[in-house]
Amino acid sequence: MRVLSRQQTQKVATFLITTVATLVVIPVLLIILMIFYNGMSAISWEFLTQPPRNGMTEGGIMPAILGTILLTLGTAVAAIPLGIGAAIYLAEYAGDNALTRTIRLAIVNLAGIPSIVYGLFGLGMFVLFFQFGTSILAGSLTLGLMTLPIVISTAEEAILSVPQAFRTVSYSVGATRWQTIRHQVLPNAMPGIITGIILGLSRAIGETAPILFTVAAFYLPNLPTSVFDQTMALPYHLYVISTQVPGMPLQVQYGTALVLLLFTLSLTFVATMIRSAMRRRREW
Amino acid sequence: MDNKLEIQNFSFYYGQFQALINLNLPIRRNQITALIGPSGCGKSTFLRALNRMNDTIKGARAEGQVLLDGKNIYDPDVDVVQLRQRVGMVFQRPNPFPQSIYNNVAYGPRVLGLAGGNGRLDEIVEQSLRDAALWEDVKDRLEGPAQALNPGQQQRLCIARTIAVKPEVVLMDEPCSALDPVATLKIEELMQQLAADYTIVIVTHSMEQAARASHWTGFFWLGELVEYGRTPDLFTNPEKELTEAYITGRQG
Ligand SMILES: Nc1ncnc2c1ncn2[C@@H]1O[C@H](COP(=O)(O)OP(=O)(O)O)[C@@H](O)[C@H]1O
Ligand SMILES: [Mg+2]
Repeated sequence: MRVLSRQQTQKVATFLITTVATLVVIPVLLIILMIFYNGMSAISWEFLTQPPRNGMTEGGIMPAILGTILLTLGTAVAAIPLGIGAAIYLAEYAGDNALTRTIRLAIVNLAGIPSIVYGLFGLGMFVLFFQFGTSILAGSLTLGLMTLPIVISTAEEAILSVPQAFRTVSYSVGATRWQTIRHQVLPNAMPGIITGIILGLSRAIGETAPILFTVAAFYLPNLPTSVFDQTMALPYHLYVISTQVPGMPLQVQYGTALVLLLFTLSLTFVATMIRSAMRRRREW
Repeated sequence: MDNKLEIQNFSFYYGQFQALINLNLPIRRNQITALIGPSGCGKSTFLRALNRMNDTIKGARAEGQVLLDGKNIYDPDVDVVQLRQRVGMVFQRPNPFPQSIYNNVAYGPRVLGLAGGNGRLDEIVEQSLRDAALWEDVKDRLEGPAQALNPGQQQRLCIARTIAVKPEVVLMDEPCSALDPVATLKIEELMQQLAADYTIVIVTHSMEQAARASHWTGFFWLGELVEYGRTPDLFTNPEKELTEAYITGRQG
């Protein structure tokens, strides 16, 4: 026997699905609100521009902010050429062969590796084997490696979404494959590629585990002067002041979390802006 | 009669499927050759075979010869990139790049390094747009987006882009199928002028267009060339019954 008519079932389904989708928003809002609420009072000019004082309980977090900015740049430098190169290969050159399958398998596996394992790998590979030491260089390479899967898959998708007609036309006037990629495919794929890079960066830069053994310092009296120096960084700093420092004022912890959150949010915001700006310029 | 292209015993396969069956025909220099026939009979395949745009299709295979000025374009020593400069192509849907009008026309000369200085590039762009009967429409907005042009202008822009690299042969695959009658007539007029400098092969689904605008016509049916001849002869006095049935609308 039918309790509800088809139309009624339809209404119930719509209601339930909308409710579930709305539920997703709640934790995001709560996290952001809680961190703003508890952290706002810590934010001051001094907090952003001064080094920590008095066993980190006073002063600011400037060295950690600077370190995170440096690591972001380093990660970008490490991940962008490799990521875009691999994406071009996969989208434009790869045949259906063993090499291609191996590369794809490798990327899938890279994406699935826990971040602490990246940290250990970075320690073994970059810190010890290549003897970069615990350094910005080792940390950037480790984070870069971790960012690769996102960069590659979003860039490949962006490249594949460039209309085939552009390639065809380019070939038909006598352009080579590389010229076609360089002058038609990449410019048109650029918004998508940039978005992928920034999203990958904002993801990686909030991680603690990969930098734990490769670059992060508990406390440094001086700022780094070369890529072979250690640096403080926001996520590790947050971890340290939340677990290792007795008597740490709660608002300093939340203030640090808020700065980290704002940093990654603004990266996402920049990505969105770049994408929509470039979308507006190119239409098909 | 002077042949720009000679197609000899030419067959083409998509994997197991034979799309073109032992074709033999000439393409006359500085003349317009129209290819007609029902959809799916292999016209586009044939056209793409003339500048080897089919090469990238998986499992595709050509047999026989296509002689361009006496040289088989399927010989292993032929540089396909160079071939495509010599044998250009205009496509069914107007497909300008999402860039400025100027950059659309300049693209080919740039990648081929045809223009020495920038002044020379300006000249090539202007001449190509003039030859494509588009200069007067766009001379004041060369930096404007190509997408802002109407479909007929876009298609003439695509023609300008093609002739900017100074090809010898221009292949057109149903270039007017997305255009209104006025824009269509304009393209047909343009073809007549271009024929002075280029050898033109046009695929068309419109028999009126073939009859109006071409010197020679080939009629394709299921991958075979049924009949080839001077356009007036083929339309007024076809040799084959199938041709007559098709052009009078009894078949196809
Ligand atoms: N890329 C392809 N792969 C396989 N078969 C194809 C491909 N392109 C065209 N064909 C087949 O070849 C035949 C001829 O197609 P086409 O040359 O496009 O005909 P036309 O342009 O006369 O309509 C059709 O049967 C079509 O299905
Ligand atoms: Mg066709």
